[in-house]
Amino acid sequence: MTVTHSAPEIATSQSGPPSPRAGRRTSVWSGLWPLAVGIALAAVLHFVLPRLIGQYYSRIVMDIGIAMIMAVSLNIVNGMTGQFSIGHAGFMTLGGYAAALLTYYGSLSIWGTSLRHGGFLGVGEWMFAVSCLVGGLVAAGAGYVVGLPSLRLRGDYLAIVTLGFGEILRVVLQQTGKVIDDAEALKAAKWSQFFPPPVGGAVGFDGVPKYTDLFWVYTFVTITVVVAYRLKHSSLGRAMISIREDEIASQAMGVNIARNKVLAFVLAAFFAGAAGGLFAHEAGVILSPKDAGFQRSFDYVIMTVLGGRGSITGVMLAAVILTALPEMLRDFEQYRLIMYALLLIIMMLVRPQGLFGIHEVWQLWPGRGPRTAKKKT
Amino acid sequence: MADLVQTLLTALAIGSLYALIALGYTMVYGILKFINFAHSDIVVLGAWISYALAIKLLPMLGLNPHDAETAPPLWVGAAILLAAMLLCGLLGFAIERFAYKPLRRAPRLNVLITAIGVSLLLQNVGQLNYVFGASPQKMPALLPNIDLLRLSLPGGDGYREVVIGLVDVMIFSTSAVLMLVLEYLVYRTKLGTAMRAVSFSTDNASLMGIPVDRVVSFTFVLGSMLAAAAGFLYVMKYPGVNQPAHSIWVLLGLKAFVAAVIGGIGNVRGAVLGGFVIAFVEQFGAFYISSNYRDVYVFALLIIILLVRPTGLLGSPVREKV
Repeated sequence: MTVTHSAPEIATSQSGPPSPRAGRRTSVWSGLWPLAVGIALAAVLHFVLPRLIGQYYSRIVMDIGIAMIMAVSLNIVNGMTGQFSIGHAGFMTLGGYAAALLTYYGSLSIWGTSLRHGGFLGVGEWMFAVSCLVGGLVAAGAGYVVGLPSLRLRGDYLAIVTLGFGEILRVVLQQTGKVIDDAEALKAAKWSQFFPPPVGGAVGFDGVPKYTDLFWVYTFVTITVVVAYRLKHSSLGRAMISIREDEIASQAMGVNIARNKVLAFVLAAFFAGAAGGLFAHEAGVILSPKDAGFQRSFDYVIMTVLGGRGSITGVMLAAVILTALPEMLRDFEQYRLIMYALLLIIMMLVRPQGLFGIHEVWQLWPGRGPRTAKKKT
Repeated sequence: MADLVQTLLTALAIGSLYALIALGYTMVYGILKFINFAHSDIVVLGAWISYALAIKLLPMLGLNPHDAETAPPLWVGAAILLAAMLLCGLLGFAIERFAYKPLRRAPRLNVLITAIGVSLLLQNVGQLNYVFGASPQKMPALLPNIDLLRLSLPGGDGYREVVIGLVDVMIFSTSAVLMLVLEYLVYRTKLGTAMRAVSFSTDNASLMGIPVDRVVSFTFVLGSMLAAAAGFLYVMKYPGVNQPAHSIWVLLGLKAFVAAVIGGIGNVRGAVLGGFVIAFVEQFGAFYISSNYRDVYVFALLIIILLVRPTGLLGSPVREKV
């Protein structure tokens, strides 16, 4: 990395004073407290919320959390780095399948049943958390492979490659074999039955243990948001933002464009894969190949466009609105996507930078005007 | 031998469809430098308009639209084709005027997002109950189901018959005529010269007195008409008309776009070449390797071409200037 800490924030197109946060980065605690607070909040949510608003609404809150992870991670590629990926659901589904494969066949071979094992923070839940991380790693690997050709491709070609990735994944997943559904059959199974992995083909991966709860979802949300926020305010993040603002100029400043683009891709894919793991283990969800298709990807693209390119809180807010709204408007399901489409077109005509642009929500508060990012004219 | 010839014939018919769609992508890209995501939805609308017209028109002629045996006279098909092309041309004009024109000076990413918005809009409006509905329909037969030629060729254990159907021949010849007309238009007329000038440099073209807005509109109309023709021909070959938001249409559009990129995006002849290349790879891969992965071959080819020759087969390298 050749960009130094004193490099001016290119997004502002002017060299302001160094960020006031710079001096506070000395103690370990200053970096970790948001994580601790977030995880504590997640635990509170987990124990309090279902009692307050009931199972149905808690599930929507869970969906909102997963959408937040997806939108915030996609925003690293689309918002911060200025690329245009429209295959994010592909990474999510890949990670979901990888995680579900691990927990399903893991619990089948260890405990002889695919039902959930252990209580809150029990062995089963830890296996689930680890397999979500493994799902993230698998997706990150795919992100690396998809990100590589993107070095040669500018915006719109990249969009096609990512869209193609999602569609190819969908086709490939449809060719997989039937799920092996009891422990005896699993013991008797030959190695050849695992190539391609038995994850249910076109009908979907049924029988995955249901571990996802508010605690784990919001723990992952916390990790994603903290990583995204720290990234945005690091030299690495500023290098990514400089790529978004002007690729040629940032190259001239010594930013390694190729490395940064691929890194953004890998990072975003990792979180999408983890979110896929959470999604796969959610009650009432049967992961199926069509989740990798473009329709789901578009949902997340719309969140990042609506929230603002590069605004973490903006896309989180958009994730909340766009996940909760369709639940409210169940009767108008037919019109949901028409509304999304009009929203996209009108946003581009009226406010192309998104609701919050590159600002965070609190920067729009009167009197707390943007300090780190001035509005571009 | 028999299999080879049959695959070849299918590839020719499918390839000409891809080529027709790819032409629309490549012309718009050549002039406005963005992917018109809504293009594949024009194909869908072309197909559905043809279906709607056929369902309405055939009973007027005293024919049963659900009867696959009796085909109407040839002019009915031609009239439906022309009507679909005209309607889609109008639609293309309207889309350009209301969605893309206000963004002429905006960053390309914004236009791309708008295009996705238009695409979603067309898909889901088409899917409404009082438009086309969300269930697949069967296209009435507009061409008699005759085999023009039966060839006996060695294949397998003995001799096998290779059938050249009227539908395939009509698809190929209609596309060929349309492509020749386009070729004439782009390379031999004043309008085509204007199009190529705008594609070369919008600013310079407008300095030379070329009405850029009108040329752009015309390009959209032309591309949309070709797309409508492709949609019509597609449902002639595959009579099961899937609902507008079905992923099969998106894949069709994607493959046509891949064809445009492989041929060298912005290059009219390249798009035709790319369309046939894609169809050959897809059909031969499907036949000789595995038909489950036919989409995978196309995208694999795209990635290879982009890595080896990013400007496509016939594209000329562009140096990026600051």
